[in-house]
Amino acid sequence: MKYVNHKRPSIDGKGLMMGKPGYTDDLAEQGSLIVKVLRSPHAFARIKTIDTSKAEALEGVEIVLTYKDFGRVPVTRAGQGYPEPSPHDKFVLDSYVRHVGDEVAVAAAINKETAEEALKLIDVEYEVFEPVLDYEKAYGNKTIIHPEPEIHEMFPIGLDPKKNVAASYNMHIGDIDKTLAECDTVLETTFRTQAQAHVMMEPHTVNARIDYQGRLVLYSSTQTPFHTRRIVAEALQYPLSKIRVIKPRVGGGFGGKQCVHGEMLVSAVALRTGKPAKMVYTRQEVFESTFSRHPMRFDIKLGAMKDGTLKGMDVKVLSDTGAYGEHALTVFMVAGSKVLPLYNKVDSVRFTGDIVYTNRTPAGAFRGYGAIQGNYALETAVDMLCEKLGMDPVEFRQKNMINEGETSPIFEIMGEGTAGTAMYMETCKLDYCIERGMELIGWKEKYPRKDLGNGKVRGVGMAIAMQGSGIPYIDMGSAMIKLNDDGFFNLIIGATDIGQGSDTILAQIAAESLGVHPDKIVVYSSDSDLTPFDCGAYASSTTYVSGNAVRKAADKMKMMIIEEGAHALEVPVEGTEFDGTDITNGESKISLKDLSNRLYYNEDQKQLIAVDSYVGKKSPPPFMAGFAEVEVDTNTGKVELIDYAAVVDCGTTISPNLARGQVEGGLVQGIGMAMYEDVRYSGSGKMITNNMMTYRIPTRKEIRSLKVEFAESYEESGPYGAKSVGEIGIDTPPAVITNAVYNAVGVRIHSLPITGEKVLMGIMEKRQKGEKQ
Amino acid sequence: MKLKLIVNGENKTFDVKPDEYLLDTLRNNNYVSVRRGCDNTSCGVCTVLVDGKPVASCSYLSLKAEGRNVTTVEGIAEEAAKLAGFFGEEGADQCGFCNPSVALTVYAMKKELKNPTDDEIRSYLVGNLCRCSGYMGQHRAIKAYLEVD
Repeated sequence: MKYVNHKRPSIDGKGLMMGKPGYTDDLAEQGSLIVKVLRSPHAFARIKTIDTSKAEALEGVEIVLTYKDFGRVPVTRAGQGYPEPSPHDKFVLDSYVRHVGDEVAVAAAINKETAEEALKLIDVEYEVFEPVLDYEKAYGNKTIIHPEPEIHEMFPIGLDPKKNVAASYNMHIGDIDKTLAECDTVLETTFRTQAQAHVMMEPHTVNARIDYQGRLVLYSSTQTPFHTRRIVAEALQYPLSKIRVIKPRVGGGFGGKQCVHGEMLVSAVALRTGKPAKMVYTRQEVFESTFSRHPMRFDIKLGAMKDGTLKGMDVKVLSDTGAYGEHALTVFMVAGSKVLPLYNKVDSVRFTGDIVYTNRTPAGAFRGYGAIQGNYALETAVDMLCEKLGMDPVEFRQKNMINEGETSPIFEIMGEGTAGTAMYMETCKLDYCIERGMELIGWKEKYPRKDLGNGKVRGVGMAIAMQGSGIPYIDMGSAMIKLNDDGFFNLIIGATDIGQGSDTILAQIAAESLGVHPDKIVVYSSDSDLTPFDCGAYASSTTYVSGNAVRKAADKMKMMIIEEGAHALEVPVEGTEFDGTDITNGESKISLKDLSNRLYYNEDQKQLIAVDSYVGKKSPPPFMAGFAEVEVDTNTGKVELIDYAAVVDCGTTISPNLARGQVEGGLVQGIGMAMYEDVRYSGSGKMITNNMMTYRIPTRKEIRSLKVEFAESYEESGPYGAKSVGEIGIDTPPAVITNAVYNAVGVRIHSLPITGEKVLMGIMEKRQKGEKQ
Repeated sequence: MKLKLIVNGENKTFDVKPDEYLLDTLRNNNYVSVRRGCDNTSCGVCTVLVDGKPVASCSYLSLKAEGRNVTTVEGIAEEAAKLAGFFGEEGADQCGFCNPSVALTVYAMKKELKNPTDDEIRSYLVGNLCRCSGYMGQHRAIKAYLEVD
């Protein structure tokens, strides 16, 4: 391959490094009204009275909006397939506020200071209710978080608001109770995962204006411009055809921008005032008033025979969706559907549970999307089972894991809020990933531990993981390729580059198909008026789904060029070839440049434009094996990460350097969740970790060594053999580091993050019991 | 109030409020390469150089910069372009939101430290958070740019 599987710098990298304007707020109209939101100080309350007269009278205030200004149209802010598998439980503004930071009212003014002053002048009287802050006490609680009659589901997802249940799910294969009863060994244990904040560097940002055609034009820092257009239209009851959503450069998303946040309010201000308006979330708002990762409790049972054959997996999950149910069911399902098929030789599987409402900041999409939670629970439990069996954890996995050519019945049963799609693993290089990962970390020399003799012990741990490549039969990507005079192309795609480099790799795919250098492909993406539809950047879709669309469109364009070239040369199409520069048939030859100029200026004039789209017929999982070496200080419990090795099978890497960046970035977010990050609340439900001083993401000091490699792999169904790679990197660190800490000091962490305090408590408990470390 | 600054070598006069921060002054005057990531000196995205030293402009009162040299990434365009080449090579570009601030900090480090070690580089840049790259790609790129092993 000439351009695919070759390093490419991002098409926007240099310009952005040099400070070119490109992000949403850089593109706001000068003099835009500043939109500010009054937010609830209470975890759960009803607005008894709200008086905005003083705020409205303040000079410079353009408009103040409350729930009284909006119809009762419940929507979901989740940007995902339509009809959405998330409950419609959110109003633009409501008389109820359901978490600290929930929206009470909106003021738009000529500048920030005036808008902030206006918020202070709004008089609100609340009826404060007892909030539900502990998700393990939410089910059937006497406090009902969503009493509103309008709440509904688009299709059955198990919504039961009277019981605080946003969704529920159950599936089973075989008779799990019987299987477990027949096993030689059954492991039963519980794990808890915490809320994690996305902390993308660019806060949620949106601006709106009414253009010269009277249309509403939004610039939004979003991962899902087309879903955003649909949801804003629905929420504001405004014609979809009169809305244009443009996604400029985006400063990171990680799932946090796979939703609608400020878009509805800023649009409402622009529509009602006719003036441009903008909003940049403060960092506190990003923490308290957008989304974080669903906390989950896993009650898990694994059954195996003495010879190390895994026979059954029984997983009960309770998930906390916070005040609103965005992505509630689908994140929950991924905790099973993109985790449990790793062990496909079992007789029985059961996966059940509820996703409950609480009065906390809502949970939503976040890279890994359930898989990281499920992976932590399953892959830690597997290590515990191995210990019970007296079996090597690597050998156990090699014996029981899914292999190339195999399938799992789970694929057909579990999909995205609905049934799934059966598929066989055309590519699965887990065996290689494990072998190579062992070499990179030095497993044979280091497993399980090495006492350094100074109170510090080093240990190694491992886990395997899988993800997906888009959502089959639901999420679609599409592409247009336009030939221009002088012989260069526009690649026009709905796909959403949020920094992961999709514009770059999609241009590489087009270049490969056309045989032209990527510099001849000018990319324009994510503008709901000008680009074709794409579901957006989520579910590890873009390389596989949008990439296949680009390849199909580019192949079509190549055929068009050959046909027009043959026509110009007066030769038959058969035997005519295009090599990226010239169209030839025997001795006859015309350059693409000459053909283009002929087509647009001279003869047989016509525009060549190729369009195609793609929806997956399956979702081939990328796989990886993760290995870590940690050092534990037995006097303080402090855990330091010494080394992390990740070997990934994502099929062909379209751009090896960008794919590596995806895995490295994912790993460090996973390491953050494993070791440092924890969204914490006060007893009254106020978020304590609402800034970047108290919410700690990894700095470059903690990350000393990441060894990332890719397995040789070619997925026939993917564009030039590619699967997706956006999420797989994040999944393993919680289990891997938990297992490494256990191997070092014999302390098993059952709730994330793995803090020094928890490890030290474990060490002290062991000492008290007189156990040897 | 009137504030006189030298921005990227040019004499400028801005109207500012007494409690205004340099980040707002610069962004209000179209230096949009200076960006807001947090509001309390935690993320480094708003970094500019004042008399050659990196500062968090989100918490640096504009009036404190009276008469000083303020450098945004546009003021070190040639070096930023060079560093961008290495970032591209290592897959470290990612979302790019923090990259101007990283370029400015690396530029200041290059002036300050001769042949910095891995640990010195990490310490110097510790206030520049990045959520995309996992830091390793940036680290490789910065070392290649500095021509250190």
